[in-house]
Amino acid sequence: MDFTTLTISQIHDLLKTRQATAVEIAQAHLERIEQKDKEVRAYLSLCPERALAQAKRVDEEIAAGKTLAPLAGVPVAVKDVILTRGTRTTCASRILENFVAPYDATAVERLEGAGAVILGKTNCDEFAMGSSTENSSFYPTHNPRDLTRVPGGSSGGSAAAVAANFATVALGSDTGGSIRQPSAFCDIVGMMGTYGRVSRYGLVAFASSLDHIGPFGRSVRDVALVLETIAGRDPLDSTCAALPVDEYVGALSGDVRGIRVGVPTEYLKGLNSEIGGNIQKGIDLFSKLGCEIVPISLPHTDHAIGCYYIICTAEASSNLARYDGVRYGFRSTQHEDLRDMYRKSRNLGFGAEVKRRIMLGTYVLSSGYYDAYYLKAQKVRTLITRDFVEAFDEVDVIVTPTSPIAPFKLGERVDDPLQMYLADIYTVTASLAGIPGISVPCGKTPSEPHLPVGMQILAKHFDEARLLRVADAFEKAGGFSIRAFPFIM
Amino acid sequence: MAFTEKDVRYVADLAHLELTEDEVKKFLPQLASILQYVQKLNELDTSAIEPMAQVTYPGSQNAAFRADQPRRTFSQDEALANAPESGAGCFKVPRVIEREE
Repeated sequence: MDFTTLTISQIHDLLKTRQATAVEIAQAHLERIEQKDKEVRAYLSLCPERALAQAKRVDEEIAAGKTLAPLAGVPVAVKDVILTRGTRTTCASRILENFVAPYDATAVERLEGAGAVILGKTNCDEFAMGSSTENSSFYPTHNPRDLTRVPGGSSGGSAAAVAANFATVALGSDTGGSIRQPSAFCDIVGMMGTYGRVSRYGLVAFASSLDHIGPFGRSVRDVALVLETIAGRDPLDSTCAALPVDEYVGALSGDVRGIRVGVPTEYLKGLNSEIGGNIQKGIDLFSKLGCEIVPISLPHTDHAIGCYYIICTAEASSNLARYDGVRYGFRSTQHEDLRDMYRKSRNLGFGAEVKRRIMLGTYVLSSGYYDAYYLKAQKVRTLITRDFVEAFDEVDVIVTPTSPIAPFKLGERVDDPLQMYLADIYTVTASLAGIPGISVPCGKTPSEPHLPVGMQILAKHFDEARLLRVADAFEKAGGFSIRAFPFIM
Repeated sequence: MAFTEKDVRYVADLAHLELTEDEVKKFLPQLASILQYVQKLNELDTSAIEPMAQVTYPGSQNAAFRADQPRRTFSQDEALANAPESGAGCFKVPRVIEREE
């Protein structure tokens, strides 16, 4: 039996009936990674001792007759921007190449507390800046559905690990689409909760008003269970909401009759027919499930990319000022004085995209330009958020394509950062508004080579339970489960 | 406002980045085109709009404060474990004050 293709509930069935042990399940994953990750390169590092020790603890609890914890024995991959005590956390950057995290992120601690088995750390764009995982300082990750193509980004390693059965679920981070877009590219499910729903203690900061931690899985149900585990108040993150966490798995009733599904006209305008056709089929499916389809308008969509890239680069330039070669990270050995050491360490330690964003962010915050760029963008953010608040007076959820493009070839788009930014159009709006969003598989493009398409579903603040219920019903009705698309490896 | 090579160098200096000549040449057109693109925001009249610094939600209760209780924090060794250079329980940096001989 192949233990690497299972869902969480299938793993639990095996553990309960003693058909498998957590150690066997962890080992099966580590072996598969050993054999196959040479082609995908989803992981940057593995922590087999930690994984097997945790799996052994789970097996001991089962042997002692204890009830299974919600994620007992579930193999998890963690994006390498999330701290894991005692293991390297590099953010896929040279500047943190040898950084060993002194503590666990709250999300990691909660996963392990629920019995999950952390296998290792996954590749990503450097400091989560990018949409293809090609900005990793170490190596690019390949899309397990087509190894010549990118897995999306920035959490491309986590998405690829789940798609390639190198982990059952994974954690990623999403600032402008970095969980949702790679989920679409790798044909899996990925979710960003409401801003503040999941603690960011232990997430290396990129853009603090936009950063989220969230789950990947091969089914909506698995994603719901991970989110339920990691969500909720954390005294160590003052931006984490104190609101109670709903039952997400319990909300997956399959019944979505009467749900009002908004379709923003601005999002389908100019969309290529390959992706647009699938999205239309997805919308028809909602209709068949008894949802009411309501055309809506989000009039400021066209200004979202400009707004997002001003705000996220401004915040990044400030957050990344801490990498100066003093307390941690890379230090250049060739320097004349302290200032020269900062500059040489930063220039040698950061890659091109990170420098570009630091430069942009520094410029838009600099004297004389602050009002024209940064303050202007903050005002436009108000308008974009208002669009959503007004839309949610009319509808319960909003559906959109996750990305306007299908997974592209490695190297195809690296030379034009602006073009890369423009493809984030459908994901950055929800990030700016702080609402939750999920990407679920929505079939494959009709013509060769039949690439995955993702449907994004958005809901109002803290309405994750309803969002997951809609996504789960859609997944089941569409037959868009992973088994419908045989894994190519 | 054209974005020039001089601006690239000025911004790099503010950001404590020491760019090579090649990097300056590469970044100039890329940054210029992005800045040109974001001018698009000026199409919108925002004179009566409040800026939004972060996400707030109606009726939200933020856990902005935690109980003011002492808790375990990093030991000196743990705090210094990732330092490129340390000594005598401190982070070491190149000399910043010149000594008179």
